[in-house]
Amino acid sequence: MASYQVGDSLPELRVTPDAGLPRRYAEASGDMNPIHIDEEFAKSVGLPGCILHGLYSMAQVARAHTEAAGDPLALKRLAVQFRGMGFPEQEIRVTATVKAVEGDRVVTATEAAQGDNRIIRNGEAEFTA
Amino acid sequence: MALNRDFIGRSYPAPEPYEVSRVKIREFAEAIGDLNPIYLDREAARAAGHPDVVAPPTFPIVFTLTGAGEALADPDFGLNYAMVVHGEQRFEYQRPIYAGDELRHTSTILEIRSVGRNEFVTVKTDVTTLDDELVCTTYNTIVERGGAA
Repeated sequence: MASYQVGDSLPELRVTPDAGLPRRYAEASGDMNPIHIDEEFAKSVGLPGCILHGLYSMAQVARAHTEAAGDPLALKRLAVQFRGMGFPEQEIRVTATVKAVEGDRVVTATEAAQGDNRIIRNGEAEFTA
Repeated sequence: MALNRDFIGRSYPAPEPYEVSRVKIREFAEAIGDLNPIYLDREAARAAGHPDVVAPPTFPIVFTLTGAGEALADPDFGLNYAMVVHGEQRFEYQRPIYAGDELRHTSTILEIRSVGRNEFVTVKTDVTTLDDELVCTTYNTIVERGGAA
């Protein structure tokens, strides 16, 4: 198992959701809020178009950590804020930096961005290494 | 219209346990694009020491998102669902979720606060086994845009 030090970066995760992704995620998660799947509805409530589910983007943040840890069950805690709107057909980049190590527990500061648009901010994850 | 603060502290136990299925875990893992074999393949999960396939970390949203939904849909609460976006989410894990688990969950309206023109509502959900073993706790903060105006 890799050992971590404060300041280390986890491997970056990059993924580009396709145009059909919000509907597939809506069906799999049960979150059928029309702002994710109905373009006209999204525009009618002042959004530029269908937006990604925050929890889809959060799943990518989780995956960056479970892949770094080598075991999905190593993840003990994950908290994020959704602050920018995410959109399909744009690459999501997940980054994480180790901010504390205590025994076998590693805590990271993590975020997800599409270009300069930071869609997940102030994320914090804890996993066992 | 501001949200009704009388709802703070109210708890809503799910009427029946949620039964975790292999099919649902697969559908969810495929939707998030995370194809770890222990989510998809029982043999791979068993080889890694698990009784059955494991749910990905954000899977509990499948059954906790609508926790307290009864309250959020109550006209007395005053929420305009069309203006709702997800603000914050936290998961704290105590025990893995496996296919075949039957899980109880109780949602509590923890906090309602105004930030600028928006209303923030935080719902805490405790997920347990039928034997009352704590599986995870989720904190879901939704934002009603313009709700505090």
